[in-house]
Amino acid sequence: MLELIDIHKTFNRGTVNEKVALDGVSLKLMDGDFCTVIGGNGAGKSTLLNAIAGVWPVDEGAVLIDGKDISALPEHQRAPYLGRVFQDPKMGTVSDMGIDENLAIAARRGQRRGLSWGVTKAEREAYVGMLREFDLGLEERMTTKVGLLSGGQRQAITLLMATIKKPQLLLLDEHTAALDPKTAAKVLELSDKIITEHRLTALMVTHNMKDAITHGNRLIMMSDGKIILDIAGEEKRSLTVKDLLRKFEEVSGSQLENDRMLLSE
Amino acid sequence: MVKCMNAIVSYFSSLNPMSLLAQLPGNIAQGIIWGIMALGLFITYKLLDFADLSVDGSFATGGAVTAVLVIAGVPVWIAVAVSLIAGIIAGLVTGFLHTVLGIPGILAGILTQIALYSVNLNIMGKSNIPISYRNYQLVLSASDITAAIFIGLVFAVVIIALMYWYFGTEQGSSIRATGSNPAMSRAQGININVTKVIALSISNGLVALSGSLFSQYQGFADINMGRGAIVIGLAAVIIGAVIGEAFFKKGMNFVVRLSFVVVGAILYYIAMGLVLWLKMPTDDTKLFTAVVVAIFLAVPYLQERSRNSFKKVAKQNLKKLLTWEDSTDA
Repeated sequence: MLELIDIHKTFNRGTVNEKVALDGVSLKLMDGDFCTVIGGNGAGKSTLLNAIAGVWPVDEGAVLIDGKDISALPEHQRAPYLGRVFQDPKMGTVSDMGIDENLAIAARRGQRRGLSWGVTKAEREAYVGMLREFDLGLEERMTTKVGLLSGGQRQAITLLMATIKKPQLLLLDEHTAALDPKTAAKVLELSDKIITEHRLTALMVTHNMKDAITHGNRLIMMSDGKIILDIAGEEKRSLTVKDLLRKFEEVSGSQLENDRMLLSE
Repeated sequence: MVKCMNAIVSYFSSLNPMSLLAQLPGNIAQGIIWGIMALGLFITYKLLDFADLSVDGSFATGGAVTAVLVIAGVPVWIAVAVSLIAGIIAGLVTGFLHTVLGIPGILAGILTQIALYSVNLNIMGKSNIPISYRNYQLVLSASDITAAIFIGLVFAVVIIALMYWYFGTEQGSSIRATGSNPAMSRAQGININVTKVIALSISNGLVALSGSLFSQYQGFADINMGRGAIVIGLAAVIIGAVIGEAFFKKGMNFVVRLSFVVVGAILYYIAMGLVLWLKMPTDDTKLFTAVVVAIFLAVPYLQERSRNSFKKVAKQNLKKLLTWEDSTDA
């Protein structure tokens, strides 16, 4: 379970480029919650995920996982708690290592990496089984360098890497935004399946309102570094894109001027 | 005109093909010893994506430590081992400067290199120490080139085997991941500062080992023996990669890649022997090396450019323009 307490983050403080990216964000996710995050450009969605992942220290506030304050831990020490998939398919995998080697690195997340083999035979066989479920034909290309795969295939592998060791929290940062619509739908479906099957707690940033509504049991909308909408339960289930737009106008007193979000309706 | 012809004839008649052949084993022996240095450089340059300039210093450190210890009566194998450790410490320093103090990689290497110049002088007490095979028991020496080639090869094979094993382990994999994708490595819980320091240490350890062997081979340690080492190492790595790809296309496994690093070093020294045999001034050898490395680095880039250039589009369209105009005329 994740708890964020009054998180603040300002970039380039004291310069002309000063930007308040997170302005007092508090959020509590229950075990098994699948929460989608929407908002316009610069609303602070990705910044929120980066604050949780520890890409940089926050200015103020605390990040708690299962009641443990991880705000003071650097990125690599938070890794044991988190599975992450990024927007850029290149970012989640090592291009010049094989599929098996990439998965093996992820399988050892949070463990000491010693002098035993990086990938064992038994492991490789287990990975074949896992990839077969994905139905992308990847199980026959275990030693193929990941750099030779398509963006969708790389995202699927990153997704498996993020969840191969059950994380306390799965962070999906617009992980389908760089894919073509068909592949994006497939990867999203895969994500949903994994989250449901393993009963994962997840936070998914998306710019697609429809995806944000159809997936998960909770939805938050961000604007100017704040959470301005938080919809869960029955209300979330009956939500439509129109409702969402209307609610946004009510809360913020302005029109939602974001072509990317509106177009992807 | 006649005078000129005479000069050319006398130049070629002064070249002795037999001496070229006679110096070949020596070139090969030197190539193998420098190949070990290039294997060290391979770790930083290829696996870690870090151009480590400290090697110029740590190569000489290897030689300096070996010479001083051998003269002090320490068994030569221990001298070699201590050289290796001295190199590892040099790598630790570069790693410390880069990771803990945040100094950019190239600068961190330069700082260590320049610091090692003084350290090496302090170790040796003077700028040159002879260690003749006549007076001391050495691992190898130019006096017996066949044995030197054999011993050098044994070292190279053992190091390649160890590297193959190590970079297949969990720790070795995390070093490779760090070099290729640091963001992903952090996300997977790898402390990339630690992996960088480990890689730099191993690399400089191998470089110093090579320096130790080379000082024994040439019979002296010199404060300047590592000058330009990084360029020679790069030449070996790059020549090896190009030749290896020509033979194996892209299907090179790790052992083959490493072996071709040593092959690259041998080829480099054979080329260097050829240049000297052609009576080019020895002052120009570094210039020659720089040109060779520049060419090998530039070729892949220029090939890509020629496949994918604006000029090509201009030419294509110029041709088409002619036919387009023809069709509108008609």
